[in-house]
Amino acid sequence: MAVSDAHTRDMRPWALLSPALTAITLLLAIPTCFVIVYSFWLRTAAGDEQVGFYLDNWIEVLSDPFYRDILLYTLKIGLITTVCCALMGYPAAYFIAFSKMRNKAFLLLLLMLPFWISYIIRTMSWINILGVSGAVNYVLQSLGIVAEPIQMLYNEATVILGLIHFLLPFMVLNIYVSLEGIDPNLNAAARSLGSTPFQAFREVTLPLSLPGLAAGSLLCFVLGSGTYITPIVLGGPGDGMFANLIYDAIITQLNWPLGSALSIVLLIVLGSVVLLYNRYLSLGQISKGFG
Amino acid sequence: MTVRGPTGWTFIKIATVLTYVFMFAPVAVVMLLAFNASQFGSFPMTGLSVRWFVELAQNDAIIRAFQTSMILGALTAVISTSIGVCASLAMVRYDFPGKNLLNTALIAPILVPEVVLAVSLLLFLQFLSMPKNFVLLLLGHVIFTLPFVVLVVQARLVGIRKEYEEAALSLGANPFQTFFQVTLPLLMPAVAAGMLFAFTISFDDITGTLFWKPPGVETVPTQIFAMLRNSISPEINALGTVMIILTVALPLTGAGLARWLASRRGG
Repeated sequence: MAVSDAHTRDMRPWALLSPALTAITLLLAIPTCFVIVYSFWLRTAAGDEQVGFYLDNWIEVLSDPFYRDILLYTLKIGLITTVCCALMGYPAAYFIAFSKMRNKAFLLLLLMLPFWISYIIRTMSWINILGVSGAVNYVLQSLGIVAEPIQMLYNEATVILGLIHFLLPFMVLNIYVSLEGIDPNLNAAARSLGSTPFQAFREVTLPLSLPGLAAGSLLCFVLGSGTYITPIVLGGPGDGMFANLIYDAIITQLNWPLGSALSIVLLIVLGSVVLLYNRYLSLGQISKGFG
Repeated sequence: MTVRGPTGWTFIKIATVLTYVFMFAPVAVVMLLAFNASQFGSFPMTGLSVRWFVELAQNDAIIRAFQTSMILGALTAVISTSIGVCASLAMVRYDFPGKNLLNTALIAPILVPEVVLAVSLLLFLQFLSMPKNFVLLLLGHVIFTLPFVVLVVQARLVGIRKEYEEAALSLGANPFQTFFQVTLPLLMPAVAAGMLFAFTISFDDITGTLFWKPPGVETVPTQIFAMLRNSISPEINALGTVMIILTVALPLTGAGLARWLASRRGG
């Protein structure tokens, strides 16, 4: 009896996990492996796929500087976005964590709201602000500062702006979670031992909040570098990022083997960032934001 | 406390206000312009009107997109939450070998860039000769929302004590009775949170949806995306406003309901 009881107890978690693991295996693991295989196939001029082991896609992707330049450009945009999010997000997270306001719960709620507002709406909302007949041009013209509306949209800067707007809540939330967990006595101790408020911040609070800052940065960088919607909506013709190449290859040109190779490149590059992060810090930090 | 000098704190306060303005001003402008009487979706405001909402309600394409999004979101929420709650129970309640690895596997769909997830699933199912159809879209949404459900539900489950179930079992309830009469009622807030989360993510998703959707089928986000190709019309702002109200009001109502249920049970 005891033996069979121990046996059933062992099997129960696996029974509970089996639907999720089946879904992940069939809908993620196997398809991803399949894309690797697919990237070695060839698309013929006639538009058919030739099954086999061809290195053509890989030679094209790895040797053509066009792809390398867009990859580097994408990482640059991701990095700028992440740094801006960190600079803008830290003070806000700090304020929410340490403010003694009565309405703290309300501030937190406001912080969560953007997560519930659609990405496409938040992205397109900038057209209302910066467009030729948007709010900024309207104000500038009404005040007589400019006679003709200025074209501020559809460039690299507006792509970055849209990405910051999309990703900032992830940064604030992660920093907030980590600041909230700091024992206030530590800061008080540093102060009573003679450090200035800024020293106490630099030596105590900032280092202790680094896990949250790192988790927020990881999310901002990976999500920002993997997007293709923002460049389409807020960028000009030359502002496409790496994911735009994938979208064009798969949806527009229907060159699936090439799109596969490009997907694997993006997966390896952004995947190594995640792995590198997990090697030194833990992915568990990210799940704290959901608590 | 941790308050830095008065100047430092003032700086932080101003920066926070600016951050909140930055986050919400564009969204507020969308909602404001939705009520603009002018026939252009832009400034100046020529008067207040609800004509764009009326036009939305008469636009067949938008109504269809809305229906698709609602059905897709609801099905995704039910499937994803059922799978996710089971997996979360296993992760929170049991210890078994390979648990850490499995925890990473469960959140893997958000560690993979969404474009890559979208391409993989699309190409694999097309290879299996499955046409682009609603099922592909649904499967995509389920796999993409699953990690979020698992994270949210796990966070809630940690707070539910195991003793209640053990008490029920020791008082003679069978495992089946225990689950439906003790575990499930205690789980309900976690289930509701998971479903809301899955619904909202599915309802908002565009990155994967543009790859998976069959030709001619639009969800609300892809419909907005398609409409943006022309120019920004007041209708888009009105549609955006409806979506904002829906996706913001839903979790708020859910949270309020959960609090009310909890207070009733407690009292």
